[in-house]
Amino acid sequence: MRAPRAYQTEAIVLKRIKLGEADRILTFYTPDLGKLRAVAKGVRRPKSKLGGHVELLTHSLIMLARGRNLDIVTQSQTINGFLVLKDDLWRLSRGLYALELVDSFTAERIENRPIFDLLLSTLHWLCQAGDGNIILRYFELQLLNYLGYRPQLQQCVSCNLPLQPIDNFFSSSRGGVLCPECAGKDPARCTLTLNSLKVLRLWQSCDCATASRVKINSQLSSELEQLMREYIKYLLEREVKSAAWLDRLKKEKL
Amino acid sequence: MALRTFTSTAKPIARLIEEFNKLPGIGPKSAQRLAYYLLRVPTEQARDLAEAISAVKEKIGLCSICFNITDSDPCSICRDEGRDHTKICVVEELSDIIPLERTGKFNGVYHVLHGVIAPTEGMGPEELKIEQLLSRLQNSSVTEVILATNPNLEGEATAMYLQHLISPLGIRVTRLARGLPFGGDLEYADDVTLSRALEERQEV
Ligand SMILES: [Zn+2]
Ligand SMILES: [Zn+2]
Repeated sequence: MRAPRAYQTEAIVLKRIKLGEADRILTFYTPDLGKLRAVAKGVRRPKSKLGGHVELLTHSLIMLARGRNLDIVTQSQTINGFLVLKDDLWRLSRGLYALELVDSFTAERIENRPIFDLLLSTLHWLCQAGDGNIILRYFELQLLNYLGYRPQLQQCVSCNLPLQPIDNFFSSSRGGVLCPECAGKDPARCTLTLNSLKVLRLWQSCDCATASRVKINSQLSSELEQLMREYIKYLLEREVKSAAWLDRLKKEKL
Repeated sequence: MALRTFTSTAKPIARLIEEFNKLPGIGPKSAQRLAYYLLRVPTEQARDLAEAISAVKEKIGLCSICFNITDSDPCSICRDEGRDHTKICVVEELSDIIPLERTGKFNGVYHVLHGVIAPTEGMGPEELKIEQLLSRLQNSSVTEVILATNPNLEGEATAMYLQHLISPLGIRVTRLARGLPFGGDLEYADDVTLSRALEERQEV
């Protein structure tokens, strides 16, 4: 059977690129079609009916028509505009980071429902009070999990022996923890404190409500951020652009 | 294919087509049409065009105060003593000044950022004229900064960031009212626009 000429889907707007005078190419993440790119015509004109319904960090219901190259967005209705997120520089920036990660790690038209659900719940979670760093680390771990990059945190990735309750090492290239014995040979090793390991193990397996109950100090928070960033950079083979912006906000204490 | 054959026989024309093709909105077909057109026009007309293009690049520069384009530094707006130099309107792009001027409602001066903060595209404050704005505000008579960035996510992020930087200087920071577009339909307004239109409602 041929695909229908028009279809409808829930979507979160991941990215938008200007096209011509008033159009945009939008990248969506959808529950059943994965990542999807489509053209929104006239969307940059102030009177466009699509306008705010296809802004970044917006959960919408969109109608599409099959196009020759890219499909065309014909209608859009906001389900949640995440106003609370958009009114705060930190929340907004963390939201953008989450969008960039999903966009960077996924290919078009490959369905991955858990990623959609994770992204949506992360945006909701970012709207609430709470430690934004925890939300992002939890998001990263779960995302890697659904992508098949779940870091091995139970046993040494080299000798397969259970990890001792001491400081170990994390190896991005091997996707997991190295015991001190095996890490001795790895030039790219980085220290993984026992506290970090415990927190990562918990977050890897708990729900977000439990994850947010963990209290972490700023040193541990930075350590976890650094570790996840290195691992993600290794997997993507490049930096996540919006991470530099988060660093800047932190440095300028905004 | 036709273009390829041409390349080997008339290099200058192929080069012209190539240059036109680099312009926004000009595809290979239009580029060819423009090049052939210029072949037919009188030499003076073609020379005028060439001179106009090089004059733009040689004589037009950015105003060292507001970063608007100008053929004299400072620009005519910054030099104008009839304007209110205590109010600075911050815009994203050069093209934003024209519509604001057309309203005739603003008599202050401008500051062009030359872009907007877009974290996911790697566009940070250092790429914009933000440092220059801050040093312009230091020890100045400026009393109000009006943030006129676009009412979209990057525009809002940039405005919030600037507000964080400028407020501690004791200068009033305002933002263009965000609401429903004139001629728009309430029914089609998204909830962000609608909530802001409600928040920023006015006495009638
Ligand atoms: Zn080992
Ligand atoms: Zn000027």
